[in-house]
Amino acid sequence: MRIRYDRDACQGHNRCYLLAPELFDVDDDGYAVLRVEGEVPEELRGKAQLAVDNCPEYAIGLDGD
Amino acid sequence: MADAGSDMADEGATGPPGPSGCPVTDWSTDFDHTDPQYAARAPEIWDELRSSCPVARSERFGGVWLPTRHADVASIAHDTDHFSSRGVIVSVFEPGPGPVGYAPPITSDPPFHETARRLLLPAFSPKAIRPLEPTTTALCRELLDDLVERAGEGGVADAAIEYAQEIPVRVIAHMLGVPASDGDRFRTFIHRIMETGGQNDAVDPADTLSAYLLDIIEQHRGSVTPRGDLIDFLLDARIDGEALDEDHIVGTVALLLIAGIDTTWSAIGAALWHLAHHPEHRARLLAEPDLLLMAIEEFLRAYAPVTMARKVAREIELGGRTLEPGDWVLLPFPAANRDPRAFDAADEVILDRAKNRHAAFGLGIHRCLGSNLARMELTVAVREWLLRVPDFELADPSAVRWSAGQVRGPRTLPVRLRTITGPSSEEAA
Ligand code: HEM
Ligand code: SF4
Repeated sequence: MRIRYDRDACQGHNRCYLLAPELFDVDDDGYAVLRVEGEVPEELRGKAQLAVDNCPEYAIGLDGD
Repeated sequence: MADAGSDMADEGATGPPGPSGCPVTDWSTDFDHTDPQYAARAPEIWDELRSSCPVARSERFGGVWLPTRHADVASIAHDTDHFSSRGVIVSVFEPGPGPVGYAPPITSDPPFHETARRLLLPAFSPKAIRPLEPTTTALCRELLDDLVERAGEGGVADAAIEYAQEIPVRVIAHMLGVPASDGDRFRTFIHRIMETGGQNDAVDPADTLSAYLLDIIEQHRGSVTPRGDLIDFLLDARIDGEALDEDHIVGTVALLLIAGIDTTWSAIGAALWHLAHHPEHRARLLAEPDLLLMAIEEFLRAYAPVTMARKVAREIELGGRTLEPGDWVLLPFPAANRDPRAFDAADEVILDRAKNRHAAFGLGIHRCLGSNLARMELTVAVREWLLRVPDFELADPSAVRWSAGQVRGPRTLPVRLRTITGPSSEEAA
């Protein structure tokens, strides 16, 4: 499972950062920054899904399984 | 549990008719968001319209549309070509032309919008807001000390007036670096703005918010040590290498006051209103404090206080209707948040709702600039209340009054303090 992040769609709601700080950071302007490159570690898959399901702008998605 | 809808229906109010001069009898052809019925039972009205007339029109205010489906609200918020922000509060007056507007960035359209917004983003990022949490905690505790002392265990306090209302005012005063000793004066300005919609008539020009802020700006300029507050931040800010002029600084501060106060007040009040009549939710939050992170977002979804507006810039079809240039369009984010097509069990409050793409802070380029600040204030306010007053109930449900118009929240909220605990001894977190 990999995280797909669309910087153009992101409006800095910061829901991902609050729910899954292991996977998302924020820059100085409040936009999301991915913390993992490549495969999401097994134990963080639930959090990745939570971030996806709470992003109001549909700016994050998951690829693969 | 369908609580908000049915509970609010019990609070039906009668009062003066809306701006067309007559009370609303048919919400699908003649709605008026300033009508007292809307204040009392808006969620029910949205539900009815969503299924019977999802893009409703009223001839009031010179022609205004009310979309109630999440998909329509989202498409408007994302479409800055057809919908302009030059008017964000529906009124009988015609707003000025774009793209800057009278209160950038909220009234600005692209491309200027981004310039005005970028300038402010760093001051409101989650990491910039976090250091304000201990101060906010301390001031909530102070308000609770006073409130608990006045009412006493078993007594009645107004959670909207004595608590929720005071929090954003005090936080913003602190952020601006306004001296604590000026607190009362500062609150007078703010209440004047809130109560008269920004029109300060018949006041001494030396005793206005602008005059006061110009004075504060001068003091900041004269001070050798930077204070790191919002005024310092604005004095240091540059657009294309140029410092902001004083009007811009005063205007920005005024926008932050107007956008940040009754909105946050409403959100805190609505969360406490919910908890006052949901003992099972109080118990759960006390037992599982970590749940607050998700519960706060759920309160924001279910009781989103802010409806924005747009002016149609170019003709467009929506839900089979034709919207003409110059028409007003209300953007009821609260109605979008209760659309069953977008949320499972949309009318239920589910504290740990796992899929919650709520739009309480808007969608698209105007996403609430103060969302991290508001979220922090709401979290601290609810947490501290529950710690000090773990058991409380509506003292008189029929005395609860919700505001009408585009910012909706309880303005009177008498609650009985059934159990109070001693002041928290731990250091502010
Ligand atoms: C719970 C409290 C709040 C809610 C529900 C809320 C809601 C909103 C919404 C829905 C918008 C979008 C406007 C649009 O699409 O036209 C917005 C914009 C804005 N809000 Fe908030 N707000 C809250 C608190 C605050 C606070 C505390 C501040 C600052 C001190 C603030 C400052 C702003 C500003 C400056 C904008 C304009 C952003 C732009 O146009 O780029 N808000 N707010
Ligand atoms: S939740 Fe979505 S919009 Fe918000 S910061 Fe994360 S990716 Fe961006």
